[in-house]
Amino acid sequence: MSNLFDLLVAGLATGAIYALVAVGFTLLWQTSQTINFAQGEFVMLPAFLMLAAMHAGAPFWLAIILGMLLSMILLGLGFKLLLVDPMMRHGVLPLAIATMALAIGIKEAVKQFFSAEASPFPSIVPTGDVSILGHAVSLQSIGVLVVAILAVVGLTTLLNRTSLGHQMQAAAQNPTVARIIGVPVERMILLTFLINAVLVALASLLITPIYLAKFSSGEVLGQAAFIAAIVGGFNQVRGAIAGGLLIGVLDNLAASYVSTQYRAAVPLIFLIVVILFRPQGLLGRAEERTV
Amino acid sequence: MSGFGKPLKIALGLVVIAGLIVVPMNFNRYGLFILSQWAVMTIAAMGLNLTLGYAGQVSLAQGAFVGIGAYAAAIMTTHGWPLPAAIVVAIVLSFAVGWVLGYPALRVQHHYLAFVTLAFSTLAFLVFRNESWLTGGIYGISNIPRPNFFGIATNKPLPFYYVCLGSLAIVSAAVWWLIRSPWGRAFMALRENPLRAQSLGIDTRRYTLMAFAIGSALGGVAGALYAPLTQYIDPVPFNLSLSLDLLMMVIVGGAGFYFGPFLGAMIAVLLPEWLRFTEGYYLMLYAVAVMLLLIWSPTGILGIVDRYLAERRTKAASALRAVAKSRLETAQ
Repeated sequence: MSNLFDLLVAGLATGAIYALVAVGFTLLWQTSQTINFAQGEFVMLPAFLMLAAMHAGAPFWLAIILGMLLSMILLGLGFKLLLVDPMMRHGVLPLAIATMALAIGIKEAVKQFFSAEASPFPSIVPTGDVSILGHAVSLQSIGVLVVAILAVVGLTTLLNRTSLGHQMQAAAQNPTVARIIGVPVERMILLTFLINAVLVALASLLITPIYLAKFSSGEVLGQAAFIAAIVGGFNQVRGAIAGGLLIGVLDNLAASYVSTQYRAAVPLIFLIVVILFRPQGLLGRAEERTV
Repeated sequence: MSGFGKPLKIALGLVVIAGLIVVPMNFNRYGLFILSQWAVMTIAAMGLNLTLGYAGQVSLAQGAFVGIGAYAAAIMTTHGWPLPAAIVVAIVLSFAVGWVLGYPALRVQHHYLAFVTLAFSTLAFLVFRNESWLTGGIYGISNIPRPNFFGIATNKPLPFYYVCLGSLAIVSAAVWWLIRSPWGRAFMALRENPLRAQSLGIDTRRYTLMAFAIGSALGGVAGALYAPLTQYIDPVPFNLSLSLDLLMMVIVGGAGFYFGPFLGAMIAVLLPEWLRFTEGYYLMLYAVAVMLLLIWSPTGILGIVDRYLAERRTKAASALRAVAKSRLETAQ
């Protein structure tokens, strides 16, 4: 059983990172009907921004702050103003395709301006193990879980407990009425893009020490986050969190109990089953059909 | 595309066709390969355009059907079967799998459907990679023969380009006929308003499945040509990014326009080649070009043409109205 415990811890740690990315994904969908196919690349890029800052001589903590800021400017503000705003009123699909092109652009830019090779990335948590209930658990897993939990708790507190969060939810649920009662809807949408940028930068900071910084690493991650978001419920923040954790655990269990060849198939089959039998997601609300 | 005179349109079409036959004659090997690839991808994109552009069903799995067709052709022709037989098998196989993939579309729509098909696409890739007894796994299948037609070997690039072009012509004619048939109209009714289509007595269930199956079958045809074109296949070209590329071709060209896939495939296959002189930057420039185009015209290239023609028609109509009005006034 010790094996199962280790798998669960490792699964929860990866799942927590998926959850961060998936939450950002659902936030964009809720406020602006953006299906961001570049979300995985959004996670890959901040690590390179931080690496670039370190190459320029900045210490690690400063590089993290610079990376976060740049990520907010490029992936939050820039993404919204340059791509989403001009395309939002034209429906979901053209914008989704444009984000696919953006994903190619980001990948190629990183490959060209940084490196095509994988680069190591420093960890914010020291390496080593601690003993919990007689099991050796890596500090890295614990660090990832703690940071991710703090981020999620912070975000849900913001959304559910503050006036700003209520305004954001109002803007997402019914922009017209929100506008009438005086919610600055445009600013709230911008805020969700900035929050998404912070979440992906955070995920980048947590996952890159484990999987190295590579231009193509966003593909797998983006897909895992999609699956997490849909399995949990496309229109619910808590759904995305649950979905992320579930997919993380499932992925790790599949790696050791199913053949390694078909490990990647397990979350996908789970996804198909969920969509077919509970399309709104495990925790989601049903969306109404209009005639 | 109305607005041009009909004879002018036919003349333009003939010039393009003649150009596609004559101009490549002195192309080098690589140029012919790229042009053949354009023809093959156009066939696949036309299939997706039927599913997405005409019937309104989002599919992120067209690349998987190209893969299914390619593996069917590769396995059969390396075992001595002729290519036309392999194409038939590819069509039947993709049609059947496409039909099954259509069932989720009966339950879920839009982005949910997109994700089901996305998952299918990745599952198909895993099968291509892992079932090495059938597909050769990561080592793939090599030495795929090119066919002989009426005693003429198509081993050289130019004859095989004509095979691709000829197939494109046949598929184009079939699709042209299909979208003008009652079926095509039923597809469009499905896209515009499924509930209303149903209340008019259209069997939406059957047509949804049909839209998937026929679109997928064309993906299979493209795959069956792709295998002898490259003469070597492995799972990598048929991963999710091929499906995304094909979707991009359809949207960039103009979804729901007959000529959309031709232009979209041209941009996706040829533009990166034209940009190759920029070396490492070519895919980046390509991505930027696609984004700029979509910002400018979310309905794709043919959307621009369509808007321009609509504008001209309105102007012409209001000019006519003004003339008629002034005539009325002078008559009084």
